[in-house]
Amino acid sequence: MKLSNKTKVLEQEEMTLAERMYLPAIAGGMLTTLKHFFQKPVTIRYPEQKRYLGPIYRGQHILKKDEQGAERCTACGLCAVACPAEAISMVAEERKKGEEHLYREEKYAKVYEINMLRCIFCGLCEEACPKQAIFLRHDKMVPVFNSRDEVIFGKDKLVENMDDRYLREGWK
Amino acid sequence: MEITSTVFTAKAIYVGVIFAITLGVAAYSTYFERIFAAFFQDRVGPDRAGPMGILQPLADAVKMFMKEDFIPSNASKWLFITGPCLSMFTALMTSAVIPFGDTVDFGNGLRFDLQGIDVNIGILWVFGVVSLGVYGILVGGWASNNKYSLLGAIRAASQNISYELAMGLSIICILMMTGSLSTKAIVEAQQNGHWNILYQPAGFILFIICAFAECNRTPFDLPECETELIGGYHTEYSSMKLGFYLFAEYINMFISGAVMATLYFGGYDYPFYDVVNDAWGTNIANFIGFGALIGKALLFVFVFMWVRWTLPRFRYDQLMNLGWTGLIPIAMFNVVWTGLSILLPTSFNLPSWGSIGVSWIGIPVLIAGLFVYHAVVGGKKKKVALAR
Repeated sequence: MKLSNKTKVLEQEEMTLAERMYLPAIAGGMLTTLKHFFQKPVTIRYPEQKRYLGPIYRGQHILKKDEQGAERCTACGLCAVACPAEAISMVAEERKKGEEHLYREEKYAKVYEINMLRCIFCGLCEEACPKQAIFLRHDKMVPVFNSRDEVIFGKDKLVENMDDRYLREGWK
Repeated sequence: MEITSTVFTAKAIYVGVIFAITLGVAAYSTYFERIFAAFFQDRVGPDRAGPMGILQPLADAVKMFMKEDFIPSNASKWLFITGPCLSMFTALMTSAVIPFGDTVDFGNGLRFDLQGIDVNIGILWVFGVVSLGVYGILVGGWASNNKYSLLGAIRAASQNISYELAMGLSIICILMMTGSLSTKAIVEAQQNGHWNILYQPAGFILFIICAFAECNRTPFDLPECETELIGGYHTEYSSMKLGFYLFAEYINMFISGAVMATLYFGGYDYPFYDVVNDAWGTNIANFIGFGALIGKALLFVFVFMWVRWTLPRFRYDQLMNLGWTGLIPIAMFNVVWTGLSILLPTSFNLPSWGSIGVSWIGIPVLIAGLFVYHAVVGGKKKKVALAR
């Protein structure tokens, strides 16, 4: 039965005697594989070696601080609203006197939690943030977790460490 | 009495060492097979178990032992167990007659051959034992009471028998040149660079092709075929019984490498033997010769792997066709031509390189003859439809 007129009958000629000697072709093939034997492998030993994933890779979240070391986040909640996976939750708090070096604005996030099982790493929180406080860093992935109580990342894991600041290419 | 017991002890130690080397090489062949496969395919390969993955064979062995040792209820139980044992047994027996080194002098007139036993039918012993190796596969495949296993076993048996003929004919040329079946005599005839490969290029190519078939290696690994036979002759096997079958294959590879080195590459002979002999004495020189033979055998193991990761396999009818209508006539031609290369230089008083020249001329003569034959007898080319 013909379904279409595109059917093509393939025909192969019987091999000539020179082709049926096999050995020259085998030698050629073996040279090819030997060339690959001495080539650098294209795969890497993954957990030990890592590839650069590009300047806009969306990895683990970071809550940025400003140059004085004060947190930028004001707990406006725009990131939580923007989040399509509803992974972000926060509790706001008013800044007390004497805490100006800790928080940049009058209001700050006392609790800031991201559920890493819910997060889809879309980066909408980063786009929504008016204070340029939250970013998805390009150089670090969320580490593997083994139990459910490691899933929710609080401020202890998210806030930027001043000794090891996160700088994206082109920020300077 | 004193001397015999010393010789016995030395022999026992020697046998133990050869046994250990064979098993060690076989174990690490499985690792290097995978590493080389990775290199040929631009990958990294197994590197998790130990540094660079060198504990991989150990991990594999542990895995094999931990698996359930299953015997099908309708299988012939004792034959089922005998199969892998036979395979392993015959694989290990071959190395008895291979001269791994020259004589070592222990002083006090105590001389010791680095060879299991020097029998005057050495190479026949190798052939006999290698042929027995088919029984391991055949018995295992038959005892499994499984059609696919049986098909795999029959394939292995018929393949080995077909290729043994061409192999035997290529050996006959060596025997014609040496005049002895003893492996030791064959090696000694090749000392000082008169390696048989120079006199027997065609014979060596025939022999290595047949060795691939005898070891059931690619491109002749038809007995194991997932697509057609589920697994092959070892479909029903699990645990260390399967391990024995796979292990026997690697031992066979190493031993056939050693046999090829013995027959065609001068055995324990190596360049600059005399220089080493003068500088450090005979014993050191002979131990280096031992290493040289092992090195040659390992080189052949590499070639086995290299070919495996280069070539696809033959179809079964192509395999049989190549064996019976291709290799055996060529081997017969080679026997005749070897006779010519022995007779011509003696009757015309040619120098020693004369017989080398005659043997190498044999290859173009053979190819030209094939083309003439093909032009005269060969019919018209047929077109074969691949798919409709």
